[in-house]
Amino acid sequence: MSIEAPPGLVDEVVNRAVETHRASRGALLPILHAVSEELGHVPPSVVPVLADRLNLSTAEVHGVVTFYRDFRTTPPGRVTVRVCRAEACQAVGAEALLEHAVASLGVERGETTPDGAVTLDEVFCLGNCALGPAVQVGDRLHGRVTPARLDALIGQAR
Amino acid sequence: MTVRVFVPKDSAAVSVGADEVADLLARAGAQVVRTGSRGMLWLEPLVEVETDRGRVGYGPVTAEDVDGLVAAGMLDGAADGLGPVEDLPWMRAQQRLTFARVGLVDPADPDDHERHGGLDGLRAALAMDPADVVTAVTDSGLRGRGGAGFPTGIKWKTVAGAASDLKFVCCNADEGDSGTFADRMLIEGDPFTLLTGMTIAAYAVGASEGYVYVRSEYPDAVAALRTAIDAARGRGWLGDDVLGSGVAFDVHVRVGAGAYICGEETSMLESLEGKRGTVRPKPPIPALEGLFGQPTVVNNVLSLASVPTILAHGADAYAALGVGRSRGTQVFQLGGNIARGGVVETAFGISLGELVETFGGGTLTGRPVRAVQVGGPLGAYLPVERFDLPMDYEAFAASGAMVGHGGIVVFDDTVDMSSMARFAMEFCAEESCGRCTPCRIGAVRGVETIDRIKAGANREADLVLLEDLCELMTDGSLCAMGGLTPLPVRSAIRHFGSDFGIPVTEEAR
Repeated sequence: MSIEAPPGLVDEVVNRAVETHRASRGALLPILHAVSEELGHVPPSVVPVLADRLNLSTAEVHGVVTFYRDFRTTPPGRVTVRVCRAEACQAVGAEALLEHAVASLGVERGETTPDGAVTLDEVFCLGNCALGPAVQVGDRLHGRVTPARLDALIGQAR
Repeated sequence: MTVRVFVPKDSAAVSVGADEVADLLARAGAQVVRTGSRGMLWLEPLVEVETDRGRVGYGPVTAEDVDGLVAAGMLDGAADGLGPVEDLPWMRAQQRLTFARVGLVDPADPDDHERHGGLDGLRAALAMDPADVVTAVTDSGLRGRGGAGFPTGIKWKTVAGAASDLKFVCCNADEGDSGTFADRMLIEGDPFTLLTGMTIAAYAVGASEGYVYVRSEYPDAVAALRTAIDAARGRGWLGDDVLGSGVAFDVHVRVGAGAYICGEETSMLESLEGKRGTVRPKPPIPALEGLFGQPTVVNNVLSLASVPTILAHGADAYAALGVGRSRGTQVFQLGGNIARGGVVETAFGISLGELVETFGGGTLTGRPVRAVQVGGPLGAYLPVERFDLPMDYEAFAASGAMVGHGGIVVFDDTVDMSSMARFAMEFCAEESCGRCTPCRIGAVRGVETIDRIKAGANREADLVLLEDLCELMTDGSLCAMGGLTPLPVRSAIRHFGSDFGIPVTEEAR
């Protein structure tokens, strides 16, 4: 089960992100990354707050949050498993690997298991094209991933 | 005396267990140095032991192998292995200029970089007039390694000639093309070379701020780059007084957020400005009105990382390599279904077949090669009949293909090319920025049309429709995303028509 961050924590995280990055040029992306890193997502409630602090319109901030795949508006599972399905990994069985992941986790791409443990997603290229199929578990890259190895990695991460 | 062993920290090597191997070797008493990867990725984790014969290689080494190898005398270089790494045919057959230090040095150690000649290019540049630096880059024949192949020196000259108090150097490290990983390997393996390349660019054009836009899918590259920037500032290689020259230049890292389109230069600039990564119409060109409307050099990682060697060894030495208007070396990347995947840096002019077969050793599965895609997801699919094509921008363009960023993805004979063509459209639909209609809508229609062709009810009419759509996307899209997606689609139909239910004739080849 995913847990919403308490409002006090959200305010604290947003303040810290804004103070750290507001002097940077084009600060919105670094700020959104900082918020996302701490909370796992960008709660919709922070959009008007950021707009106010950065002197942008709510629409501009909302537009940026929704443009980029990395900025989720809902909390992810405790670990995110991303299966590469770009061409190089497809050449060595990525599509079958993703199908296996969907079947064994019982969720579709972009979804989180009901126990809140694992979010499954697709990704287009992890830069491991000579050692595919590639999978990213959290920030850690794995190569030559077979269905059995994927099950083991997910088991360890749970 | 403790033996020094070298274990890559490159994320590809780590993806197959290099960290575990490094830990075990340290516990066995070795002094472990973490380097980048030599690029022989099928040998990863590749362990190198320092001996009086040079660095002797062992690979692939799994965690389970370590005890046995140590017992057999690995730490004296005595166990059976690959022999000195520099003498391996794969290494000897290359001309490593841009990648000269990748896999050799500790990417976190500025002293190691300097010991291996890493600052020679920057020192040479700072001793020259900025205009002469631009001339040297122009004379070297260096063209944009990101894929477009625009002459780097011409771009720099435009920025140098623009009057502004504030100019930028932006490095495009948003390496989203499948089958390409050389930017990542350079940043993880030798980040100081990128920083010195950017500093030379800044000096040449009069820029004071630099940004590296790295994709978020590369967390290890982001970390390596940040470490290197901190170290470079500490040494005075970046900052208010670069190497005591009075030149001020600093570099900042910006992390992408999972949008392929931000590898397009104007989208990248929008993203750097903190906006949605939508494409800007050109003109104005970024060289005149780029980041925050200021004159901006936008170059790929490999373009900038090739500059130090050009300045260190002269434009003539670089231009002496290559063919036609493709001068110098390209860092080719072999991926997909390939027996020996990795990076091969060599002069332009090598044939596609030599890369795939001589270096790559054919497919990983051992089945016949059926198709290769060159230049990323927007590059053409080519059959083995075209393996004689020389790697050369113009030769590829004349064949309806592109060299792009130098990535080559290999498929065996089990591939269904109609599925790959469909995927090209699906990818475009997924990653389109949405700014222009041919790309945003055309890609969706492309998927639907290919699905109908595969179903086969009205195939001939649908093929005509798809060709029309491809023409429209090529001519009408704002950038290369929609403009080049037809390249893999059309080449798949042309060379692999049987997968689309088209009767095959000899001339179709």
